[in-house]
Amino acid sequence: MESVSSPLRCFGECHTAEKYTDDGVETVTSVEQRKVERSIQEVVSVYKQIHSLPPTLLRDQHYQYLKKGLRHLSDAYECLDASRPWLCYWILHSLELLEEPVPTAIASDVCKFLARCQSPTGGFAGGPCQAAHLAPTYAAVNALCIIGTQEAYNIIDREKLLSFLFSVKQPDGSFVMHIGGEVDVRSTYCAASVASLTNIMTPTLFQDTPTWIVSCQNWEGGLGGVPGLEAHGGYTFCGMAAMVILGKEHMLDLKSLLRWVASRQMRYEGGFQGRCNKLVDGCYSFWQAGLLPLLHRALFKGGDSTLSLQKWMFEQQALQEYILLCCQNPAGGLLDKPGKSRDFYHTCYCLSGLSVAQHFGNMDLHHELIVGREENRLVIVFSSLQAPSHPVYNICPEKVAQAIQHFHQLPVPVPAQKEGSSACNTTTDHS
Amino acid sequence: MSATTQRSDVANKAALVQPATERPAYDRMSGIEETSHVSSELQDERRSEEGVEEEPEIDYENPFRYMFYRDRKEWADLEPVPQDDGPNPVVKIAYSDKFTDVYDYFRALLKNDEKSDRAFTLTAEAIELNAANYTVWHYRRVLLQALEKDLREEMRYITAIIEDQPKNYQVWHHRRMVVEWLNDPSEELEFIAEILSQDAKNYHAWQHRQWVLKEYKLWDSELEYVEQLLEEDVRNNSAWNQRHYVISHTTGYSDPSILNREVQYSLKQIKKAPHNESVWNYLKGILQDRGLSSHPGLLEQILELKETHCSPYLLGFLVDIYEDSLENTSGDQVEVLSKALELCELLAQEKDTIRREYWSYVGRSLQMKYCSDDPSTTSSAPETDRGSASVSVHQETTCNS
Repeated sequence: MESVSSPLRCFGECHTAEKYTDDGVETVTSVEQRKVERSIQEVVSVYKQIHSLPPTLLRDQHYQYLKKGLRHLSDAYECLDASRPWLCYWILHSLELLEEPVPTAIASDVCKFLARCQSPTGGFAGGPCQAAHLAPTYAAVNALCIIGTQEAYNIIDREKLLSFLFSVKQPDGSFVMHIGGEVDVRSTYCAASVASLTNIMTPTLFQDTPTWIVSCQNWEGGLGGVPGLEAHGGYTFCGMAAMVILGKEHMLDLKSLLRWVASRQMRYEGGFQGRCNKLVDGCYSFWQAGLLPLLHRALFKGGDSTLSLQKWMFEQQALQEYILLCCQNPAGGLLDKPGKSRDFYHTCYCLSGLSVAQHFGNMDLHHELIVGREENRLVIVFSSLQAPSHPVYNICPEKVAQAIQHFHQLPVPVPAQKEGSSACNTTTDHS
Repeated sequence: MSATTQRSDVANKAALVQPATERPAYDRMSGIEETSHVSSELQDERRSEEGVEEEPEIDYENPFRYMFYRDRKEWADLEPVPQDDGPNPVVKIAYSDKFTDVYDYFRALLKNDEKSDRAFTLTAEAIELNAANYTVWHYRRVLLQALEKDLREEMRYITAIIEDQPKNYQVWHHRRMVVEWLNDPSEELEFIAEILSQDAKNYHAWQHRQWVLKEYKLWDSELEYVEQLLEEDVRNNSAWNQRHYVISHTTGYSDPSILNREVQYSLKQIKKAPHNESVWNYLKGILQDRGLSSHPGLLEQILELKETHCSPYLLGFLVDIYEDSLENTSGDQVEVLSKALELCELLAQEKDTIRREYWSYVGRSLQMKYCSDDPSTTSSAPETDRGSASVSVHQETTCNS
């Protein structure tokens, strides 16, 4: 295990040379980039003066922030009233990364709440009495798998979930996010994730889906939300992860994808941008950096023998430094970049990215690189203990294995249309 | 309406106190949590403006004061449906009174499947409180059709909402539905251009624009529009993507005169701002299918640029040309391989160190693939660190860089 008590990359004398070169041509892009670099420089120089300690993950503060949020949120969260399963997932996953146990009572309360978010016609909604939507469905299933009790698994109505997935499937292989809703590549990831975890994949469910995902890969090498759009980290992760789940990752141009994502790491900040010529953001620590383990495994599967045995193909130390120095709120929670407010989404994805950056794994190898104190180490999001070693689901591998084992004991449902009745009107669940 | 005014006053004040928050791309997935002092500030505003309601009565001083739905006579027939989070809620949001009231009535409408004008009006209130509530948007669309509402007016409505919240999925999807129903895209390009003038990289705006162009075949002026945007900011990657989109869907890149025009345009932009990654990616993107090394004179032009306009992107592009040459040219390529490996080493060790692991890998891959020696002489012991520094070590071949 390699522990970096040696000087930080961002303290190095070469670091300033990595700043953006605008060639004397100022545009909105270069002006914004330089502003961010100035703020990072400020953070780094303050850190140099004040802290003699190595970078520290503020575990206690994050824990308090998460613990509170799991119960109560201020009215600032009204804008996420249609995403409450997401809040459950972001918080539970963050806690699991920090190796903080969730008390049995709360776990059970989460299960009961998610049960109320389940639609009578299948799938999960953003809140009780809302319509089913693939994003909260993904989040709810992940949250229930993190809890991992029989109670949690039993909440999911697999038959109805399958019928919901069929109801949003499009003839061209894509999925809409909800009935009457929009199409983009996120939906394929959400669908593939829940279908594979709960063992409801049928031969036709993902027919033509890989071809559609491939059509989202563009001239830049990354994937856009729909065919034609600019390559973007979030969508690229969703597309690649979906392909991995479907076993079709080799249909993508992996070399171009690798070049694109490797180029998204910012030479000065150390974190990742979501798109070329845009700004660094802590959440891309997962969406972008998380692609490298997936690519590593895909290339390895394809017979590549030149892959590193110790490191992912991104600068792991630099990413950890960015997250630890620039993305932590001293009162708990993580964030996009200095000057931004904390939120549970960024807390989840900054921590997930930190874990990816700390742990390299390939089959029976596991190599760690921890920046700062030993105690900064997080739980792995992939496993080196079993064949699938990849952060596809972004929940801890033991929970993935447990869920898959549980649901594979059950038969794959046969899809049938059923009408449910509840206090909530069913009209808006269909078009 | 006064309720709207009140809300925007609060929002404006919050904007002054909070640091400017660039709403992330996944707007619907990230929260806006203000620091504690702002939070209490917002709450104080709400409390003082809405007061502590006791009995509803006509306020002669301010007859347009906001009135809760539970106090409105015209709604007395409808029983509100409180949200049932269960006895021990989790992720419980401290909704304002107004929010609770509006959504209690929304749930009631949903339960009764009421399709009325008052329901339609309420959806606007619910949307204002949370524009990401896709269930409300869907219901509003159901009502638009059931009540045969004026879609032109709906266009005006959605225009205003998007101006206010341009990074929300639902609002753009709603606009698309209305445009489809009207089968009228005539306002779209101008509207989207207006939104892009405020944020030239808004992903939703570009997505909507691409849909409009393709669906209604409105390609005629788009390349001109893209050039204007690139004139304003040559680093706008969305604009470069749009350039590729337009050309792909119109002339295509097969015509040599088009391809050449694009290559020349790119080289021109490179000379103006050599450290602009977008243009280098575009140049590679348009040439890679035909093979970078097959474009006559390109290598020479790049080598010339290397003297005066060098950048990590130029060096990477050279690696790409050399790799393509190795792939597609027969005969002795030892020198080409040697140059490629040298560049990988230079990038890994000096010019692009953030991508050290990547460039080292590229070097090893090229070596493995194109080394004229028997590849079985390369070391394959698992303990060997095929990490950063090893482009040319640990291997028993004669392919040195």
